[in-house]
Amino acid sequence: MPNCKTAVPYRGTPEQEERLRQVIEAHKGQPGATMPVLQAAQEIFGYLPEEVQIMVAEGLDIPLSEIYGVASFYSFFSLNPKGKYQISVCLGTACYVKGAADVLNAVEKKLNIAPGGITTDGLFSLDACRCIGACGLAPVMMINDDVYGRLTAAQVGPILDEYIKKG
Amino acid sequence: MSHIRSHIMVCTGTGCTSSDSPRLISAFEDELKLEGMDQEVRVVKTGCFGLCAMGPIVMVFPEGACYTRVTVDDVHEIVSEHIVKGRIVKRLLHMEGEEGQSVTSLNETQFYKHQLRIALRNCGVINPESIDEYIGVDGYTALERILTEKTPPQEIIDALKKSGLRGRGGAGFPTGNKWQFTYDAVSPDGVKYVCCNADEGDPGAFMDRSVLEGDPFSVIEAMTIAGYAIGSSQGYIYIRAEYPIAVKRLELAIKQAEEYGLLGDDILGSGFSFHLELRLGAGAFVCGEETALMTSIEGHRGEPRPRPPFPAVKGLFGKPTLLNNVETYANITWILNNGWEKFAAIGTEKSKGTKVFALGGKITNTGLVEVPMGTTLRTIIEDIGGGIPNGKKFKAAQTGGPSGGCIPAELIDTPIDYDSLTAIGSMMGSGGLIVMDEDNCMVDIAKFFLEFCVDESCGKCVPCRIGTKRLYDLLCKITDGKGTLEDLDTIEELCHHLKDSALCALGQSAPNPVLSTLKYFRDEYVAHVVEKRCPAGVCRNLTRYIIDPGKCKGCTLCARNCPVNAISGAVKAPHVIDQNKCIHCGLCQTNCRFDAISKS
Repeated sequence: MPNCKTAVPYRGTPEQEERLRQVIEAHKGQPGATMPVLQAAQEIFGYLPEEVQIMVAEGLDIPLSEIYGVASFYSFFSLNPKGKYQISVCLGTACYVKGAADVLNAVEKKLNIAPGGITTDGLFSLDACRCIGACGLAPVMMINDDVYGRLTAAQVGPILDEYIKKG
Repeated sequence: MSHIRSHIMVCTGTGCTSSDSPRLISAFEDELKLEGMDQEVRVVKTGCFGLCAMGPIVMVFPEGACYTRVTVDDVHEIVSEHIVKGRIVKRLLHMEGEEGQSVTSLNETQFYKHQLRIALRNCGVINPESIDEYIGVDGYTALERILTEKTPPQEIIDALKKSGLRGRGGAGFPTGNKWQFTYDAVSPDGVKYVCCNADEGDPGAFMDRSVLEGDPFSVIEAMTIAGYAIGSSQGYIYIRAEYPIAVKRLELAIKQAEEYGLLGDDILGSGFSFHLELRLGAGAFVCGEETALMTSIEGHRGEPRPRPPFPAVKGLFGKPTLLNNVETYANITWILNNGWEKFAAIGTEKSKGTKVFALGGKITNTGLVEVPMGTTLRTIIEDIGGGIPNGKKFKAAQTGGPSGGCIPAELIDTPIDYDSLTAIGSMMGSGGLIVMDEDNCMVDIAKFFLEFCVDESCGKCVPCRIGTKRLYDLLCKITDGKGTLEDLDTIEELCHHLKDSALCALGQSAPNPVLSTLKYFRDEYVAHVVEKRCPAGVCRNLTRYIIDPGKCKGCTLCARNCPVNAISGAVKAPHVIDQNKCIHCGLCQTNCRFDAISKS
């Protein structure tokens, strides 16, 4: 579930929080302030973690459940940050029959996250995607813009280790 | 005051911006400076000319020369030849037709000849970031006249009613009546709102974006007049966050209008005040539905509310609210300036004026067109659109996006207006017009739109939340080759249930693409179900790849590239595909150098 609670610890800085407080102050009491404030919050923090939602809820005096309801309704809002390295494993037909599920499993195990999730250090986020058009290289995994093809589950560990080393 | 002898107009709509028009503008400015002509020739950023397929577009006035697909490398030639020596650069002029005739001015082209631009009248003509240019083309004369003459609101509303203008957002409700209802509605504390729906979410529709990018002031002026007419002092424009250029121009336009005293407190000293605020959407298709849009402005999940009460009685924050679409507003000052009689003279008996369409799909001239109501589909596709490319045959046109339907080739002479489209099972919708040729599978198209509705259903009412999903599952079953004839009946029944019971227009119209394709292309559904065959060769599971033994040279390229080892054969002998192993990825066909592999 992409909208489940994120595993990344909250890293908001006092400056960011101060900016958010100013935005809330500017909108407080206005009818329909929720959306503009959440849009500004996402601009400040990059996404909307629970801590930020609580700040908005308390600042605007609106129940947190309502804030969460709005934040999870619109596709523009993200409750999860994206990792420094964004992994997508192709689950298109050609990749699937050549063992893409095993590759995905290997990534999940190695990083201990599910598709839609992000590692606790914020380094990797994982998505399963449909065909990326590289069926001849199946199974395929993309990390940011780099394509890794003809993968076996055994190769996943060493590839990810390289990125972990780079940090 | 300096004398400007020439204007170089460069389109800065989203289409041309993506094809690098901002770099063209600075290149023109640099080149003019080099030639020492920057005082006598002005480079103007304009809105969309409509011919997006040929972008970026540059027009040079007073000659009216229309240059298409201009690159930065062409700038020097245009300036040194056209601007300095007065010789039009023929090489870059827009070409038309098989003879490759070059056309000097846009008005001579087939693309424009059949068009009548009312809503788009200022797009590509003025700089959308300058209120002075808008005023220069009679902008704000309507508002000024109304406020200084203190025109009774009823008079304005009557003019709209008599003009026959209907809502351009898709449903086609008479605009004058809407204004009347909101005018008549009593608000205990006197508060009423004017809203503009700029949440254009149909895949393949971009009319409202172009109006806002090319002529934001006409919408703002019309909303101000609406405020005066219904007695409101606060307006909201709800616009998608996905339209950054339109948002920027609107913000700028509101600021300029406020500076000129044409928006805000005590407009033109008349005592009438009107304030305008932008509200950004956040990526939810359902917010284009009027009650969902208002719920969203109020700061909640964008879920629709049951009607009645209608927004005119109880809308935004529970107050009487007038909500019109961007294109509707763009027509209003034209009507007030030119008279309702002139507007009512255009179009058909029940659909007056013009309609803007976003032409897309398998058509030569993709772009934006505005035609009088009642123009036939044939004129739009064959004359304006330039026909289907690659010698393919026209199969169907889809209007109205996920809420509309497919119009088959045999109905190509249907006049396009609200009522005839509804009569053939489609709808006007916001104005997306997607053209399809013989390579498109109608079942697949229906599935595509339904998948969109499944994703975008807000989940409030059961028929839509579950019904669209079940319909989608049934269509998947058919495209997978597992469908039965009974499924077709179930689909039809489910469609009618959904139409009758969904809460809002999203759910009620979601079955339209399915019903209209079932009606006009039932044989294609039957081919999928009975013969387990996709006539257009789109549905993967129903496609068979076959190697022609006469053409196959046995080069083994296909066998080596097959991801599932489904192809076998000795070197230099014809190969064979094992249909049980084949996953229909099409890689063999792409790789074959002898054209020996075909779909059946």
